[in-house]
Amino acid sequence: MQTIKSPYNFRGGIHPDYHKELSSGAAIKRLPMPAVLSVPMSQHLGAPAKPCVKAGDVVQRGSIIGEQNGFISVPVHSPANGKVTAITDVSTASGRLCQAVTIECSEAGETLSMSPITLWKNTDRDELRARIGEAGVVGMGGAGFPTKVKLSPPMDKPIDTVILNGAECEPYLTSDHRMMIEHAKEIRIGAEIIRYILGAKTLRIAIEDNKPDAIKAMAEAFEGIDGDVAVTVLHTSYPQGSEKQQIYAVTGREVPRGGLPMDVGCVVENTSTTFAIYEAVVKGIPLIERVITVTGDAVAEPSNLLAPFGTSYQDLIDASGGFTNAKAAKVISGGPMMGFTVSSLDTPTGKTASGLLLLSKKRVTQYTSQACISCGRCVEACPMGLIPSELSQFIEADDAEGAEAISLMDCIECGSCAFVCPARRPLVQHMRRGKAIVMAKRAAAKH
Amino acid sequence: MKSENQPDLYMVSSSPHTHSGSSVERIMLDVLIALAPAFAASFYFFGLNAIRLTGTCVITCVVAEWLCRKAMKRTGSIGDLSAVVTGVLLAFNLPPSLPGWMAVAGSLFAITICKQLFGGLGYNVFNPALAARAFMLISFLVPMTKWSSSNWATSLASGAADAATGATPLGLIKEAVKAGDAIPHFGSETIMNLFTGNINGCIGETSALALLIGAAYLLFRKVITWHIPVAYIGTVFIYASILHIVSPATSVLPHIHLLSGGLLLGAFFMATDMVTSPITKRGMLIFGVGCGIITMVIRTVKTGDYPEGVSFAILLMNAVTPLINRGCRNRVFGTKS
Repeated sequence: MQTIKSPYNFRGGIHPDYHKELSSGAAIKRLPMPAVLSVPMSQHLGAPAKPCVKAGDVVQRGSIIGEQNGFISVPVHSPANGKVTAITDVSTASGRLCQAVTIECSEAGETLSMSPITLWKNTDRDELRARIGEAGVVGMGGAGFPTKVKLSPPMDKPIDTVILNGAECEPYLTSDHRMMIEHAKEIRIGAEIIRYILGAKTLRIAIEDNKPDAIKAMAEAFEGIDGDVAVTVLHTSYPQGSEKQQIYAVTGREVPRGGLPMDVGCVVENTSTTFAIYEAVVKGIPLIERVITVTGDAVAEPSNLLAPFGTSYQDLIDASGGFTNAKAAKVISGGPMMGFTVSSLDTPTGKTASGLLLLSKKRVTQYTSQACISCGRCVEACPMGLIPSELSQFIEADDAEGAEAISLMDCIECGSCAFVCPARRPLVQHMRRGKAIVMAKRAAAKH
Repeated sequence: MKSENQPDLYMVSSSPHTHSGSSVERIMLDVLIALAPAFAASFYFFGLNAIRLTGTCVITCVVAEWLCRKAMKRTGSIGDLSAVVTGVLLAFNLPPSLPGWMAVAGSLFAITICKQLFGGLGYNVFNPALAARAFMLISFLVPMTKWSSSNWATSLASGAADAATGATPLGLIKEAVKAGDAIPHFGSETIMNLFTGNINGCIGETSALALLIGAAYLLFRKVITWHIPVAYIGTVFIYASILHIVSPATSVLPHIHLLSGGLLLGAFFMATDMVTSPITKRGMLIFGVGCGIITMVIRTVKTGDYPEGVSFAILLMNAVTPLINRGCRNRVFGTKS
């Protein structure tokens, strides 16, 4: 199948050390079912699911334990057979508290699956959308936006291009990479389902050029497919996996400010999400587990583990040979550029957790930030065309409105600016604080 | 379970959790490394005066920086090496015979008035070394424009000037223009001297060769980008070319302008000062063009007395940098009309 070089380059971006070799060669391993799972009700963007089980209930793998709560929401399914022992508040990776169902897992048993839709090509599109929603599929690249909603663009927003996001531009992470190598065929079917639902002619599989084996695997898997389909080979540059930047790199279209990919006729789906769509439709299996990369210099055997949601970080680390002699100083859910640090290993995994990064003190440096020297490196690095230095100065001066006036809300928090800053200024932290102030003001103005 | 030895709580912070490793100190160190060839050339042509002045300025700047931070009860900042850079750049802008106490006065002015009173590195509006030089030029006009005592019997094209009275090429041109005389002829030997640095001038500005080596290093290390120097030097070249085409009798060939005075030192090492120059590429180009025009106006306008305009050009453009920054923001992604 056709392999093309990305026709456009997004502005800015950085080239961090990737460290992908730590885990990119490790085949996906299924984690033995942990003794206890603590399944968060909020693993997606939007309203958290409502627990529909109580302590003492027996649950089956695949049964619903949290009901969808509103349009932008999805149900949560039990990843294991077992008994509910408690419903408690847990702190998720993002630091927010949410309800979680604690399940004491018993010996493996049957999985409760929905009826497979093997003849999806002859199935009504809405039925497929409903299935994807019922299966709890959300964007697994990090945002956690319900996929069903993404696949339901309004009539006046026709989609002509579907992009499979296999960029995986975050350093260290290799879960999408392994999925593309090991599940290329399933991803192809998932992609065809997406294309069918959206009626899109063009399909692009976007992969950075540092993953030649994934490019090859996907090109082979998509051999013989009808229509305008190609693997688009992207330059290895962070944040190439960011939706807006990727759409630009692949199609040259710019998602307008405040807009969505559908405004330029595009839908971007992560490769792991595409696999989940395949599972949900063709096999009837809801989204209850995913591949998570456990890596970093503080873990003995970096690995790619297929783990049920609600697995504690401790269990993942134990399954990866435990800690090395280098003590972990930082535990990061996700990659080093946009991941969240957690303070405790009790934190459970979720649908959007593509990596668990354990860094030793050697890799974690604490900085005292200095005054901005206006070197302009952040300006060069910013993929959104912002002036991070100036924004941060506004926010430091508690002038969120001033920052808003120079496009604070366009910041995607990719971290490129802070990465290059020689004065080690916590630019992203400033942006987040400023955005929170603006959001709070907007919310207050509404009421 | 090896985890028993682990601390109970892990460090929590906002992303990103990795860094390129760049630092202010490293940038300043790179600038110092890039200035080393010019320092070597300075020592070669001006002898111990080069060491005397550079040493005096650097020591005074560092001590002043330390004292200021102490007095203001701020964290120490001599470790960021910016005071060293200011000291070297100021010294490079001084004539070789300048009395040491004047260098001390200039250095104190640079650090206390131009830098620390504004809040220290990052907050200063004007390049401290250049602002101090302007201060010294006004305060010590005669010693600041006395160019003799070069180690060498520096001479321009034979007969055109007496090395002992001391004149710079730009000074000679200016005199001729003002007097209505013919412009002195610059032979290939003089041009070679201009290139190597065997010529009257400030101790660090004369050797084009050494400065270009340093500039190449700065570009290679990505401490500076090409935008300001190219816009600056390019503008000077175009301005001088037009002048020479219009009036060949009263103007020199454009490359004399490029090699003379403080242009190369200014364009590569002073105009590119991060704190006092624009932050976007477009802003840098405007800044460079502005520097070039002002430099040439000062150098070539008949009614003016001052033969060299680099310092004032950069200082004037420093003053409008905030304006340029405001007017030259990049287009934000997604706002294509």
